[in-house]
Amino acid sequence: MRAVDRISFRIDSGEVVGYIGPNGAGKSTTVKMLTGILTPSAGHIRVAGLNPVRQRVALARRIGVVFGQRTGLWWDLPLTDSFELLRHLHRIPSARYRENLELFTELLDLGAFLHIPVRQLSLGQRMRGDLTAALLHDPRIVYLDEPTIGLDVVSKAAVRSFLAEINRERGTTVLLTTHDLDDIERLCGRVMVIAGGRLVYDGSVDGLRGRVNAERTLVVDLAAPAPRLDLPAEPPGARVIRVDGPRQWVAFPATASAAPLITAITARHEVVDISLREPDIDEVVRRLYLGGLRSSAAAASSVGDPSGTDDPSETGGRSATSAK
Amino acid sequence: MVETLADTVRVYLLLVRMWSRAAWAYRTSFVLLTVATAVVTGLDIVAILLIFAHTPRLADFTLPEVMFLYGTSSTAFYLADSILGTVDRLGGHVKAGTFDVMLLRPARALVQVAADQFTPRRLGKVAQAVTVLVVSLSLLDVPWTPSRALLVPLMVAAGAVIYGAIWVSGAAFQFVATDASEALNAFTFGGNFLTQYPLVIYGREWLWALTWIVPLAFVNWQPALYVLGRPDPLGLPLAFRFVSPAVALALAVVAALAWRAGVRHYRSTGS
Repeated sequence: MRAVDRISFRIDSGEVVGYIGPNGAGKSTTVKMLTGILTPSAGHIRVAGLNPVRQRVALARRIGVVFGQRTGLWWDLPLTDSFELLRHLHRIPSARYRENLELFTELLDLGAFLHIPVRQLSLGQRMRGDLTAALLHDPRIVYLDEPTIGLDVVSKAAVRSFLAEINRERGTTVLLTTHDLDDIERLCGRVMVIAGGRLVYDGSVDGLRGRVNAERTLVVDLAAPAPRLDLPAEPPGARVIRVDGPRQWVAFPATASAAPLITAITARHEVVDISLREPDIDEVVRRLYLGGLRSSAAAASSVGDPSGTDDPSETGGRSATSAK
Repeated sequence: MVETLADTVRVYLLLVRMWSRAAWAYRTSFVLLTVATAVVTGLDIVAILLIFAHTPRLADFTLPEVMFLYGTSSTAFYLADSILGTVDRLGGHVKAGTFDVMLLRPARALVQVAADQFTPRRLGKVAQAVTVLVVSLSLLDVPWTPSRALLVPLMVAAGAVIYGAIWVSGAAFQFVATDASEALNAFTFGGNFLTQYPLVIYGREWLWALTWIVPLAFVNWQPALYVLGRPDPLGLPLAFRFVSPAVALALAVVAALAWRAGVRHYRSTGS
């Protein structure tokens, strides 16, 4: 069985990249190949200049990994014990270790539970502990596999702002797989979408919206309940999709400007308030998954199989994650 | 090479310290299990004493001689068990996905699996085996030449490496068959049971198989024949009494290669 097929991408130092796709699309498989856990059956992978499988231990010193559904912490011991072990394993200089631990304790608010056995921590607390563990040794690259899964709103926000801060302050490269598209919208400048083991989109979050026929929505509050709004001919495709008393919803193509539409509506009706809603990224991604969108330019089957063999049936994952 | 080895030992000891602390988090369980382990391992030697209560010799071997075989085999076995016996839980790590987590740490996976769930309790079994060995040495009626004296620690060390190699090979096999740990036990715990007695009591066919197929005869039997000044029932040349370290080294190389192949073929679990 082929989990991923002819995936090719390059991530530059300091980028924050979202990696999304439905269950079983090959996200985790990709991350496991990038970290040296799995050996690809064909193709090239370079991470921070290293071959992940052959130089796994050396690579482990330069990357940090968080698997949202699995912990690397010592279950029966307090967080501080796990952190101390990592200090020794990674040979982190004491001064640097103290500095980092202090900073992370503050940013992630760990102080209250640093000395409690991990098994007694809540999921959100444990995740913050795992994040710290993954970053104590100043990795150049961090992989996060569903870091916000199962977290409450407050913990999610804490995790996101922490990642944004680390990326901004230290230039840490971040690759994030998630099912939570809020993570992507709030953190990632670039998003890659994988479906059926193939890369179907690689580009900006905004570009993702434009790629499928996404629509924006105007929510119009009228002074009084009225029949369906009388809409102008521009932009084409604009239509009322819902009426609820004095409030009406108008959908129009995401690529069109809202200005002429708003002008026309306010000219023809007595409007109390208008608000604009961006296309729901969930909806965009759902369409992308279903649409069987043919590989975008970035999916680059043209980059082909870098191993030089002609067998197209093998994985050709090439990732150059430069960290220098 | 030396630096790598030193670093491996350093990492192993770090992990052992972590697991020991974790074990101590459950103090009552720790104490009860220590007592239970001492009782169960103590029964082994009680079984030997019971046999000799009925007969002065077992296949022509005296009590101190059988205690010597028991002591050397068990010291080697429990040393290997203490250091890396938990590698036989590899299949569980593969299924639970915890092996992934180990591969993310900057340390050899084998060292991490070996140190996994370490508890100081395991050293109690070594202490019990060493006690029997020391008692047998004081009772044995052999002329202690330098070569005999030197062979005793050497055979224990070689025996520990042989058991360790069997454990690691068996663990490597679990990358392919995750439920194979029971089959592995037949070779490790079963092997230890067999080599506690003079191998000649099992008959020539078994003796032959334990020499040439699963070379457990080199754990203690062959060198012990020299130490005890006995002829080899199979009539093998004198050199065979001294090849245990070479056999151990060869098995260790096979185990290391098997392990490496296993990790390369590791398939992980979903998500």
